[in-house]
Amino acid sequence: MSDYNFAYLDEQTKRMIRRAILKGLAVPGYQVPFASREMPMPYGWGTGGVQVSAATLTPDDTLKVIDQGADDTTNAVSIRKFFERTAGVATTEETAQASVIQTRHRIPEAELSEDQILVYQVPIPEPLRFLEPRETETRKMHALEEYGLMHVKLYEDISQHGDIATSYAYPVKVEDRYVMDPSPIPKFDNPKLEMAAIQLFGAGREQRIYALPPYTRVVSLDFEDFPFEATKAEHPCDLCGAEDSYLDEVILDDAGNRMFVCSDTDYCRSRRDVGHTGRLGEQAA
Amino acid sequence: MTRDDRKSAVPLLQVRNLAKQYGRRIGCRDVSFDLYPGEVMGIVGESGSGKSTLLNAMAGHHAPDRGEVVFDTRADGPRDTLKMSEPERRMLSRTDWAFVHQHAREGLRMSVSAGGNIGERLMAVGGRHYGDIRAQAADWLGRVEISESRIDDRPSAFSGGMQQRLQIARNLVTGPRLVFMDEPTGGLDVSVQARLLDLLRGLVREMGLSAIIVTHDLAVVRLLADRLMVMKDGDVVESGLTDQVLDDPQHAYTQLLVSSVLQV
Repeated sequence: MSDYNFAYLDEQTKRMIRRAILKGLAVPGYQVPFASREMPMPYGWGTGGVQVSAATLTPDDTLKVIDQGADDTTNAVSIRKFFERTAGVATTEETAQASVIQTRHRIPEAELSEDQILVYQVPIPEPLRFLEPRETETRKMHALEEYGLMHVKLYEDISQHGDIATSYAYPVKVEDRYVMDPSPIPKFDNPKLEMAAIQLFGAGREQRIYALPPYTRVVSLDFEDFPFEATKAEHPCDLCGAEDSYLDEVILDDAGNRMFVCSDTDYCRSRRDVGHTGRLGEQAA
Repeated sequence: MTRDDRKSAVPLLQVRNLAKQYGRRIGCRDVSFDLYPGEVMGIVGESGSGKSTLLNAMAGHHAPDRGEVVFDTRADGPRDTLKMSEPERRMLSRTDWAFVHQHAREGLRMSVSAGGNIGERLMAVGGRHYGDIRAQAADWLGRVEISESRIDDRPSAFSGGMQQRLQIARNLVTGPRLVFMDEPTGGLDVSVQARLLDLLRGLVREMGLSAIIVTHDLAVVRLLADRLMVMKDGDVVESGLTDQVLDDPQHAYTQLLVSSVLQV
């Protein structure tokens, strides 16, 4: 380790963040204000998630960082290096090996267990923001459980597009009480929000932390005649052949050729390691 | 409903000694009246006479200094709405109450389609069937004489008169029992006003609504209101049956008001 305090933040700040996390866990889905610190990265690059991770990590933890499911993208690599340097914790790319996973916009495909913590980076924690711009008013709406407006948005979706076109950051209701923005994960991941691991959400610029304790009931909002549907590209992964994973579409050339690959790189690699192969798997290998 | 029925019923709304002051200036002073089911009450007076203050205090938009506003709730009978908790009052204001603003922009969501605007109250009270909500929105557009083909247009693409009619549809869709109206015809040209009044009169009769209408336009109360209160400087100076007050005004101010109407 170096001259940094463990995990960059000073101990008082980490205590403050832990208090917010505990309150968030006590009131699932409620946005707890916290005194977000300046971090050595721009807002929008995961300052909220990094602060929550910093307050959560212990020297024995193993950290995994993913960005859109991938371990090898800029955001994931730099945050992983950040904690390697400031906390000296072990890091991994394997979902099952990690005790703390910081994620941007995805939930790993592999099922998480009770001894894991999933930390989300959240750009805009307020699901009502684009419907009602006044924070004073949205807080009142949460307090009084006035969520009719949320369905107005879904109504508008159906009337304009024929079905609910919201495909990410799909609003959910937590334990029949708070409506929550699950961060911009694809709605494919929404059913996975009911899981064994602790889920923590950090929004740095907006100075909010919220949380889902293990096995919390999370229901995606919908209409009776337009029920929620977790969608993905109708395709198997071209590298590992998985049919149950969320896919990225990659344009290969100017002739319109494309491939679909798992957005969760660890999931895809571990499947290929045990011999699964997709349409383009041989070439890629 | 005949007048005899009304007498036998419990008042829908009982206002007792309602007062509101802005610092040392008086908003309204010790206003009391009863409103029976199916009755339309007009409140007239010049600008600054306290009529909007009174309306907003009754509708719970701001807290009065003194007084009671007792509403005959469906569940628990007569209750003082000023003593209700905030969630209860807000629930009331999106189910049994409606508020029609003078400027439709204040009462509508301008960035949401007409159908969404009408559907909002339905969804706020638990409507979760898209087809039903849309059917009701279409039905209400028809009732306020807006073509069903405009259901997905935003109110910003509507004329002033249409916006006002949309606002009325949005408010009445949950079948409220009491409607507060603040200058519902203000800022509209006379032919549009006439159609709107015609529409309102039809809806009030058809749905058996009770309404409190604040206006400075005596023609509006003549057409819509059963009873009339005249306000000046925060006080009610005269009240009675509309025709009686307008045809035989007793108070000097009412006489001035009635004689000030332009005869065309």
